[in-house]
Amino acid sequence: MQDIRLPAFDIDADFWSLRFVCETGESFCVRKNVAQPLAAFTDRGVMATVYADGGYGYAATADTSDDGLRAVLGRAAHWARASAHYALDDSGALPRPAPRGEYESPFLRSKLPSRREWYELLQAESQAAGCDPRIVDWEALVDVRHATHRLFTSEGGDVVQRFRFLFPSIGVTAHDDGVTQQRSLNGYRGICQQGGIEILARFGFDGAGRRIAEEALELIAAPNCPSERMDVLLAPDQMVLQIHESIGHPLELDRILGDERNFAGTSFVTKEMFGTYRYGSELLNITFDPTRPEELASYAFDDEGTRAEKTWLIREGVLQRPLGGAISQVRAGLPGVANSRADGWNRPPIDRMANLNLEPGDATFDELVASIEDGVMLETNSSWSIDDSRNKFQFGCERARMIENGKLRGVVKNPNYRGISAEFWRSLARVGNADTIRVLGTPYCGKGEPSQTIRVGHASPACVFRNVDVFGGEA
Amino acid sequence: MRTLGGHSLAAPAPGAASTQESYFNELASFVERALAAGESYTMGFEGEATDFVRMNRGKVRQPGHVEQQYLDLRLIRGARHASHTLSLTGDHATDTHAIEAALSGLRDALPELSDDPHLLLPDVVRSSRDVRSDAMPSAEAMIDALLSLASGHDLVGMLAVGPVHRGFADSRGQRNWHETTTFNLQWSIYHRADKAVRSSYAGFAWSERELATRIEHAISQLALVSRPAKALPPGKYRAYLPPAAMQEIADMLSWDGFSGRALATRQSPLAKMREDARLAPGVSISEDIADGVAPAFQSDGFTRPGKIPLIVNGALAGSLVSPRTAREFDLATNGANGSESPVALSMGAGELPSGDALAALDTGLAIGNLWYLNFSDRPACRMTGMTRFATFHVENGQIVAPVNVLRFDDTIYRMLGDNLEALTRERELLLEANTYGARVLSSSTLPGALLSELNFTL
Repeated sequence: MQDIRLPAFDIDADFWSLRFVCETGESFCVRKNVAQPLAAFTDRGVMATVYADGGYGYAATADTSDDGLRAVLGRAAHWARASAHYALDDSGALPRPAPRGEYESPFLRSKLPSRREWYELLQAESQAAGCDPRIVDWEALVDVRHATHRLFTSEGGDVVQRFRFLFPSIGVTAHDDGVTQQRSLNGYRGICQQGGIEILARFGFDGAGRRIAEEALELIAAPNCPSERMDVLLAPDQMVLQIHESIGHPLELDRILGDERNFAGTSFVTKEMFGTYRYGSELLNITFDPTRPEELASYAFDDEGTRAEKTWLIREGVLQRPLGGAISQVRAGLPGVANSRADGWNRPPIDRMANLNLEPGDATFDELVASIEDGVMLETNSSWSIDDSRNKFQFGCERARMIENGKLRGVVKNPNYRGISAEFWRSLARVGNADTIRVLGTPYCGKGEPSQTIRVGHASPACVFRNVDVFGGEA
Repeated sequence: MRTLGGHSLAAPAPGAASTQESYFNELASFVERALAAGESYTMGFEGEATDFVRMNRGKVRQPGHVEQQYLDLRLIRGARHASHTLSLTGDHATDTHAIEAALSGLRDALPELSDDPHLLLPDVVRSSRDVRSDAMPSAEAMIDALLSLASGHDLVGMLAVGPVHRGFADSRGQRNWHETTTFNLQWSIYHRADKAVRSSYAGFAWSERELATRIEHAISQLALVSRPAKALPPGKYRAYLPPAAMQEIADMLSWDGFSGRALATRQSPLAKMREDARLAPGVSISEDIADGVAPAFQSDGFTRPGKIPLIVNGALAGSLVSPRTAREFDLATNGANGSESPVALSMGAGELPSGDALAALDTGLAIGNLWYLNFSDRPACRMTGMTRFATFHVENGQIVAPVNVLRFDDTIYRMLGDNLEALTRERELLLEANTYGARVLSSSTLPGALLSELNFTL
């Protein structure tokens, strides 16, 4: 990618871009103490985007030869012209970026364990997790990904961004006397960051196999979560899902513009709400923050070439601006952020979350617990469902602990809660301080036609919400 | 109707190898020659050339074309094996160079790996070739037809059209090729806010007359959606779920429900069916490869039988067993992929004529689509999700009003067990519209279901 030289080509277009993506990776997994076969991949390709005669078109190919690049630009130009008379937007009015710059993940060149060392590390956690005959399935794994993105534009833009991502994970299933429970380290692929081996230490990966297994065994003996309205303390590994589904998606500007209505859905948020709508209590501060180095979706430019910077989307509870990239900003007449992203060379950029964070408050973890007289602390998302306007939600967690008179009590299983986004965030009563923050995320945020799974980061403290509808599993 | 011109999608001559098939066979021969003594290989191929056209507000939002081919190359020496998936350019010199590099990397990796006790490969060579590529209009002509027919309406959706290829080769000389050209048009016509009618038209043979019929039906439904909406309180309601809604429930059951590994390790949401839990006697579910669009071979080279019974008369009757699961739990594989999810799920029909469904519902909810389902208690197979698109309140068999979205939360043992009143006599073949990373070749064939009650919570 560093040595790409564009060939001479003659294209009759108002604007063009070529976005090269090369991603390589290896997946290591030990399941039930058996090393799973190594899986590697190499994925290289390029997407051309062309504005011509008021139309917009894209084309993608893995053929990055000179002839391949000429052909893919020609295909994109063909679609731009063929669809121009049906075009939703006049491409003549769209931005023509000329970005220049570079980005690198933190510790990009730091040494990672060898394949043998990865397998030894995972084998140790697997051995510890399979500590009891009631643990019926378990696995420890890590995915390592390297990616290089290079963007050229007809206006002289040239951006190179190099990333390294790690996805470590441990999960166990316990079963006894007809009861099955699953427990994981911060959720299914919840740990996902940029950087090197330091990521594992940050989450206590070493020793987590035993700890997770013991918590699963505790769960199969635990009572069902009670069903009643009560205060809840959401741990960061549930907060990230709450932020993702009921703030992130409804603020995506392409949803508000209607692009997603046939698939991922619309939004209860409308263009008129920005600047005045009270989304949550005064404690709610939400930022789009691509500058936190270790967070999964940190970068310097989005895939259309807009420079990324930290931006407040919700300040003291009031809605400020949407998650909309440069094209959506023109379409909507609203300011936005640098969030136009594609999940690879073969999908076009659309409005996505990137790093979407809840800024810390001032309460220690002990103060959060102490603020609850009768309630429950919910940990680690296991189930998520929300309506297509992103309003009526229901989420489930792996584990919960009752809280009585400001003290943590016993563990309960199958905790769920439900609510309505537009009301829920107004019940935000306490926000944990920076010591309670975990930097998590997901590599699997799905959206778009054609569909894409994008990597999203979320950093959040623990938070307290009042009077929430909590319930347990099937009796 | 204005014509955009453009090219039609050409079909290869019957019996003739397509360019993609010939290229795949060339690469297999190359790998064969590149192996060292004691080495063997398997090789999977996934490719497509797709026009994707995204629409919003009756206009084109993002049109494009994607050509992609991926080779999944596995090197095997004794009981050790590792794989490398790589994108192909279509240029022989470039691709064989990349394959050589991948083979070299795998060769270096094998000494660092352990013997795999769960490696299972086929012992019988079963080559196959299945090519179905009917000529069809260009994507431009399809979009032209759709937007002209829906002119004046707020239409949003996507067309995906073009050939899809799947291949398998191994050291024993087995060769499998599956090639099909399909179109998949998914759209919604909106009246206001979240009030819309969702429709689809997918298949192998394009008919503008059929498209017109479906558009006309959607527009007629839009008149019902435009009525003032009714906000119903949570509670239990009679409900009719058409095949499109049943597909969401089937997808939940397919999420480890029929997995041999998940059943053996108690993670399947249907694990209780290994004991005494049962669905209604009228419920039978099978994996019907013969009637679907998925290839009849899987990524290790095992072939899939035409039909695998999974639930028969309400009782668990079988599971989908991958080669690894077969080795681990001493079962017989039936050609499932590693995920052990159905690719051609088929649910048996009932006796209720679908034209009589509203009359049989009498008073209750006629649900157009369900949306965003997940488990609220996986071991109990209790699931939650939302109503979406054209969902109506029905009184005395007549549609009264559209209903604001409602959340249901109920177990499969009530929904398709005690509370299942009838399944429709007609079933619908639904081609998977999933395009995450690639167009998916899977389908489900489902009836509608009439439920005496469904529990709504929000």
